[in-house]
Amino acid sequence: MAAAADLGDAVVTLPEGSALLALFGHFLLLSLLSIGGAITVAPDMHRWMVVEQQLLSDPQFTSSIAIAQAAPGPNVLFVALLGYQAAGLLGAAATLLGIMLPSVTLALLVNRWGHTRQDWRSVRAFKVGMAPITLALIAATGWLLAAPPSEWRSLLATAVAALLVWRTRLHLLWMIAAGALLGLLGWI
Amino acid sequence: MHSDDPSPLARPASCTELFTAFTGLALQGFGGVLAVAQRVLCDDKRWLSKGEFLEALALAQVLPGPNVCNLSLMVGDRYFGTRGAFAALAGMMAAPLLIVLAATMLYAQFATHPLVAGALRGMGAIAAGMIIGTALKLAAPLRSSPLGLPTLAALATACFVAVALLRWPLVWVLPALGLLACALAWRRLRTSETPS
Repeated sequence: MAAAADLGDAVVTLPEGSALLALFGHFLLLSLLSIGGAITVAPDMHRWMVVEQQLLSDPQFTSSIAIAQAAPGPNVLFVALLGYQAAGLLGAAATLLGIMLPSVTLALLVNRWGHTRQDWRSVRAFKVGMAPITLALIAATGWLLAAPPSEWRSLLATAVAALLVWRTRLHLLWMIAAGALLGLLGWI
Repeated sequence: MHSDDPSPLARPASCTELFTAFTGLALQGFGGVLAVAQRVLCDDKRWLSKGEFLEALALAQVLPGPNVCNLSLMVGDRYFGTRGAFAALAGMMAAPLLIVLAATMLYAQFATHPLVAGALRGMGAIAAGMIIGTALKLAAPLRSSPLGLPTLAALATACFVAVALLRWPLVWVLPALGLLACALAWRRLRTSETPS
């Protein structure tokens, strides 16, 4: 870190090694809990980064998810944005490597462990049992990202988007664009 | 042979082809890569039959980690082992990562501008709705779950209350509720399993 520290004022806030390690460690832990995707552990990322550690503000957290959803590619990249906004490029590397390493290793091991065990009752019980839990975690993420009840127009936009995703096959990009436009015009 | 796929399947020639194919499909996937992945892997490239795609996806979904990333790992691993797995995963993530980082850096420059702040606020409201809508969509197949509607509702409500309202740490909620849910599912599957 000495070389980076020499840059002095060029670095706004230099994250300490221990802070990066804490980021990495927390996301390592969340990785193995992220059944259904990284978005299911977003509530815990919010609790830890925004509420407890105060590494990020609420708008920074929400914008990370919005940018990753608006951009092409897997939505898990919002994790890199959280790390980037908290601690720069090293932070992005810490969070993204943390969230990916355990799940990647496990996916490769389980894939090779064989498809024959798909019929085992323990495997099926896992799938059946985890389904409602995964669902609730996704809903909780949406809940935490939605605006407080006082901002009713924003909540209305959230509700309409939820209905459109649920009931239509409208391209998600159109909805994101409409949200940006409504926000731009000051209606949300 | 799969009757829905009459012509023989192809296979990627190299890790480079895996990388470029996954880069291409990731860059098409605004707001969701899965639908694009199915079209490219099954229809365009013909590396997987629809049955094989569904099988890999089922496993990818029960494992932790992003489903589409797990899927890319499994497809790459199938053809070129660990090298292929990482080539496919890198293809899925490298170019999109650069795009989101660039977008975020721009956001940091212009975040205080009221128009940009407004646009981002609007996008955030829509993103929240998109996630809730996805949860609603995923709820439909649960009607045929062996757990039964009351148990499903109780488990989902308990999880939602603990995480969204009480803000309890997931590291405690998920193992506790997950173990309970899997144990209940195990019992239901045993009682419903009658040899025929």
